[in-house]
Amino acid sequence: MYDFVTQFGPLWGALASVGQILGFIVVLLLSLAYLLLMDRKVWAAVQLRKGPNTVGAFGLLQSFADFIKFVVKEIVVPAGADRPLFLLAPLLTFIFAFITWAVIPVAPGWVISDLNVGILYIFAISSLGVYGIIIGGWASNSKYPFLGSLRSAAQMVSYEVSIGFVLVTILVMAGTMNLTTLVDAQAGGFWNWHVLSFDMLPWPAFLITIPMFVIFFISALAETNRPPFDLPEAESELVAGYQVEYSSTPYLLFMIGEYLNIVLMCALMTVLFFGGWHAPFDIAPFTWIPPVFWFAIKVVFFFFMFAMVKALVPRYRYDQLMRLGWKIFLPTSLAAVFVMAGIVVYTNAGQAI
Amino acid sequence: MNRIAQTLRGAALLDFWGAFALGMRYFFKKKPTINYPFEKGRLSPRFRGQHALRRYANGEERCIACKLCEAVCPAQAITIEAEPREDGSRRTTRYDIDMVKCIYCGFCAEACPVDAIVEGPNFEFAVETREELYYDKEKLLDNGDRWEREIARNLELDARYR
Repeated sequence: MYDFVTQFGPLWGALASVGQILGFIVVLLLSLAYLLLMDRKVWAAVQLRKGPNTVGAFGLLQSFADFIKFVVKEIVVPAGADRPLFLLAPLLTFIFAFITWAVIPVAPGWVISDLNVGILYIFAISSLGVYGIIIGGWASNSKYPFLGSLRSAAQMVSYEVSIGFVLVTILVMAGTMNLTTLVDAQAGGFWNWHVLSFDMLPWPAFLITIPMFVIFFISALAETNRPPFDLPEAESELVAGYQVEYSSTPYLLFMIGEYLNIVLMCALMTVLFFGGWHAPFDIAPFTWIPPVFWFAIKVVFFFFMFAMVKALVPRYRYDQLMRLGWKIFLPTSLAAVFVMAGIVVYTNAGQAI
Repeated sequence: MNRIAQTLRGAALLDFWGAFALGMRYFFKKKPTINYPFEKGRLSPRFRGQHALRRYANGEERCIACKLCEAVCPAQAITIEAEPREDGSRRTTRYDIDMVKCIYCGFCAEACPVDAIVEGPNFEFAVETREELYYDKEKLLDNGDRWEREIARNLELDARYR
């Protein structure tokens, strides 16, 4: 947010930064607790159930009860498992899920680190995320986790490619890799959001960005191992995939990392396509709501869509998954990069630079 | 042509939007969930739950130690020992049901000529140790005293189907 080090000197500046980061992590974890509850509630509602409703009013404390349960249970390390790696894997997933959030701007100026290459940073970290799963599956020294982690690796690598091309399309259009600048370019109203980008008319950029958003959404499902692409943990074939041998706190870390990645993908959709913290109309009743709430509303909406997809869509077969990734998404997004680059070059529509 | 139409349908996510509309319709429907420990479903009079030994209205126990239930029990969960009481009537000295073995088939209640052993409507008798599930005569008679009203009503309701 602010440059604490130049403001308070090295010691107090560093402490202030650490405090800021811890505060952000606490807020993230608290919202995650309720997003988890919402996930379960939405899933239950579609299946005509009520979902957790006993712990606290409407089950509001359910996530915290689960947290306590996970933490006080015994950590079981299977015989023959590679102990250091086995315990390292969930930590990796957890850490990578958190550090990506450093560059996500949640409101004007509210970002831990305003990197100029924010999108590249997200690329880099989300590619590392697969290590947690692979290491966890391998270190378990067991069949199903190993198969699950192999599948997961192939799947995440495949869909990272199309996610990459979608991001390239957007950053070519916006002409910046800084996420704050990217969001600022979408100010003014929902027609300026990158998913519609009417400000680029007469070139109908929305003909490219809307399909790109759909590809991004579906790839995000695959990237975070959510149904219908939850092959790494397909319970009918692989029990629980790479998580089979995990229990207690390591499992909790995997779980938090996974859900945090999902929320991160929702936040990325908000930032890249749906105008980040900007209100849909730049007039009175909409501007009364603070920007951070607009950001939160959009993230929660996409999380709701994630939950609905989980409740509705049956799981893909492995070859269908690969076909979708390599034969449909990859050529489409590649073509979109070319077309968008052409439009930008011939109209000088890349505003930011 | 068919293939193109299919591709377009897939690209527009038509299947998903259809499912989404259906999902949202279910989302707002009334949920049939019963809030179990606070609300309970209705039980049939024939429900076969926890066992009980009944008494006559004057307090005399019904069981005459005929041992039909012991004989008919497919899980061999019932153990009965009997000898004549001082007044000359045949009564049990021991009537044990191993509730761990019991399969709740209800044959004991069917076999009983005096409606002494019955399976009552109680199904919430979970306990923490195995020993507590080895019911003896005292426990069964106590069950009978506790559930007599419900058991009598259920037997009466079911009587015309027998």
